[in-house]
Amino acid sequence: MKSLSILETEDLTYTYSAGTPFEKTAVDHVNLSIEKNAMIGVIGHTGSGKSTLMQHFNGLLRPTSGKVLLDGQDIWADKKRLRDVRFRVGLVFQYPEYQLFEETVYKDISFGPKNMGLSDAQIKERVLETAEMIGLSEELLKRSPFALSGGQKRRAAIAGVMAMRPEILILDEPCAGLDPKGRDKLLRRICEYQKKTQSTVLLVSHSMEDVAEYTQKLLVMNKSKLFCYDDTAAVFRRTEELSAMGLRIPQIAGVMHTLRQKGYALPEDIYTVEQARDAILTLLRKGGAAAC
Amino acid sequence: MLKDITLGQYFPVESVLHRMDPRFKIIEIMLFIVILFAGDSFWILALGTVFVLLAQCLSNIPMKMIWKSIKPILPILALTALLNLLFIDDGDVLFQWKILKITQGGITTSLFMMIRIVLLIIGSSLLTYTTSPILLTDAIESLMSPLKKIKFPVHEMAMMMSIALRFIPTLLEETDKIMSAQKARGATLDNGKLIDRVKALIPIMIPLFVSAFRRAEELATAMECRCYRGGEGRTRLRRLKAQARDYIGFVVCMLFLAASVTINILVK
Amino acid sequence: MNVIVDAQHLVFRYPEVTEDNETNVQTEPVLKDVSISIEKGSFVAVLGHNGSGKSTFAKHINAILVPDEGKVLIEGMDTADEENLFEIRQKAGMVFQNPDNQIVATIVEEDVVFAPENLGVPPKEIRQRVDDALKAVKMYDYRKHAPTQLSGGQKQRVAIAGVIAMQPDCIVLDEPTAMLDPQGRQEVMDTIRRLNREKGITVILITHYMEEAAQSDRIIVIDGGKVLMDGTPKEVFSQVETMKSVGLDVPQVTELAHLLHKEGITIEKDIISTQECVEALAALLDRTE
Repeated sequence: MKSLSILETEDLTYTYSAGTPFEKTAVDHVNLSIEKNAMIGVIGHTGSGKSTLMQHFNGLLRPTSGKVLLDGQDIWADKKRLRDVRFRVGLVFQYPEYQLFEETVYKDISFGPKNMGLSDAQIKERVLETAEMIGLSEELLKRSPFALSGGQKRRAAIAGVMAMRPEILILDEPCAGLDPKGRDKLLRRICEYQKKTQSTVLLVSHSMEDVAEYTQKLLVMNKSKLFCYDDTAAVFRRTEELSAMGLRIPQIAGVMHTLRQKGYALPEDIYTVEQARDAILTLLRKGGAAAC
Repeated sequence: MLKDITLGQYFPVESVLHRMDPRFKIIEIMLFIVILFAGDSFWILALGTVFVLLAQCLSNIPMKMIWKSIKPILPILALTALLNLLFIDDGDVLFQWKILKITQGGITTSLFMMIRIVLLIIGSSLLTYTTSPILLTDAIESLMSPLKKIKFPVHEMAMMMSIALRFIPTLLEETDKIMSAQKARGATLDNGKLIDRVKALIPIMIPLFVSAFRRAEELATAMECRCYRGGEGRTRLRRLKAQARDYIGFVVCMLFLAASVTINILVK
Repeated sequence: MNVIVDAQHLVFRYPEVTEDNETNVQTEPVLKDVSISIEKGSFVAVLGHNGSGKSTFAKHINAILVPDEGKVLIEGMDTADEENLFEIRQKAGMVFQNPDNQIVATIVEEDVVFAPENLGVPPKEIRQRVDDALKAVKMYDYRKHAPTQLSGGQKQRVAIAGVIAMQPDCIVLDEPTAMLDPQGRQEVMDTIRRLNREKGITVILITHYMEEAAQSDRIIVIDGGKVLMDGTPKEVFSQVETMKSVGLDVPQVTELAHLLHKEGITIEKDIISTQECVEALAALLDRTE
């Protein structure tokens, strides 16, 4: 289904410090096709190349060889249009609150839209709409970003990229350092944003529990190579391979996996607590019915 | 990128120069600078070149690293040379076009200046390449300790220097990160009029300052938690101790100084 | 009982700076009547959502903050008494969230030296202490490295060594793994556990990660400036509803047991480890077959 994909890579390769003893290939011949309107998790241990790959998607890094295609167009074909690429592919770095700089939260969120050359009216609409989606009250928009709480700062910074309404939004560890409640709230808001804007969201995360709960597809990087890009359920079925590359599957998936190995007839694609409860209940009732 | 700045960087290999007492190295490099600037004949430069080559041989620092230290100052070097070339009116006129005039004296002076600056840079990079920042600050603290008598905060100065050295790489990395983040929001950093460029720095400088202050505050707390209370009552693990090679090195430097004085007298 | 940390009716409020620059305006206290005593050699996890007061409590243990009311005694020494300041800080070391902002020196070994030098330890003994501390966190082989060359987990271990070199009886760690990747978190947790078991150092770990808290001997949940729960991991985590109501989580296996229990299935409610969960479920399924 070619027409549904928005971002593709062709043999994308990136080598750091080429020609020196420190030479290291961070991204190795990656071929991908990412679809429109999807919630995608990106996993892989530190140094697997996932962050480097993400920075290629919006043209912050230039491939050593290979191509990045946005809507079928090579993003490096015309360097002048690179800025437009950055508006279409939004990238939120880790700890984005450290990039806040304006006098008010409102102004800070408008920075991106302003750079896009939107009118004041359009900017206002975008900022207000985004603030609502991410859960920042109008009262907060008037305050200095430095006077907000940690969680609010994080949301304000993410809103700054969301307000550009990118077709693809990449978030690098958006929940790092938040408490469990803050983490859940933020992820739910990101999901709502994705549904509302019908855009593609890439969620880079170390938390298997989070990606299991919130994403439909997973992109797995391992040792600079693309290990797989598949439905979340299908990826978690490959328990052994994931553990071999140092990725910890969700605790509950581990329990189910061990039970299956012991011979209990549990389905293969269980990776959230609710799924596990339902599967156990089904099995118990079936067993109970058979016993009767 | 920003990380490529080499000035003041330590190059950790084993060598005689690495093992020498940093206090002696600092004094010697100061003598070297005096020698370079006190004389104005090419003989002095030749002497300086011999000195630098000797030090390089003892340092185990590859020529490539030496070249790397000169590279960033090439534009400045070219500019000084050009200015000297055009504005010094001395000796035979070799070339004239309208008001531009190149003279024998201009060429000599610009060459002289260039070599002098290059020698200066190589000399001081050899000091930083062969001396770890900590030893460097220790040495400065030790050399300045007589100033304690006039209540000059020597320990505090040294502590500030070593913390600055510690945080330079961290802040450079942070600058890179903030630049990328703002670029992702459509900030343009490298074109437009001067005023636009200065304005474009605001989204980078403000977060950088905020973060530097936050780090400073956290570091201060962490230092207090580890019982830091200034220089008083502190012991040191490492004591700088001069050895035979340090005295030999010092004698060699004195010989160079004597030679340079002789040259200066003879030339006059 | 051998108590190392003894907080008695601790009340603390941050001074609010008002418009006309008048400080000490009475504000809502961050800690309201907190009484906690911690036994020597134990491993205690402190949980609570952001802003619950758990970090403020931690800062009272080594006298970065002193109580407005009530008192905190560390090995019997009152933290409010300036005379005790350095002895308390040496006895109760503190490790913070961001490893980058607590490493002072440009070489690993030089950083570990910092605290003993401040304490005026004789040079010969410093050498010994530094080597021991680096070996204790398994960073001895990296002693000549620059901190910038290390991974997050390694940097945090160096920070721990920097505290160990003071030979403290107790270490307070304020979200030491929050900025680390799973591997780094594992390294730091292993190190902390080893220090607790092998050296008998009392560990007070403030964290957001429930898996980490599950490894402790005792969990204290702080909410709204008060101690809400205090007990073994099993006791605390089995209160799934209470935990969720204060914005905290429980291990997935505990939640599963809780959900099954709600469906009328007979299963232990205090399951906190994968192993326990597998065994309980297997027993349950065997029974029906």
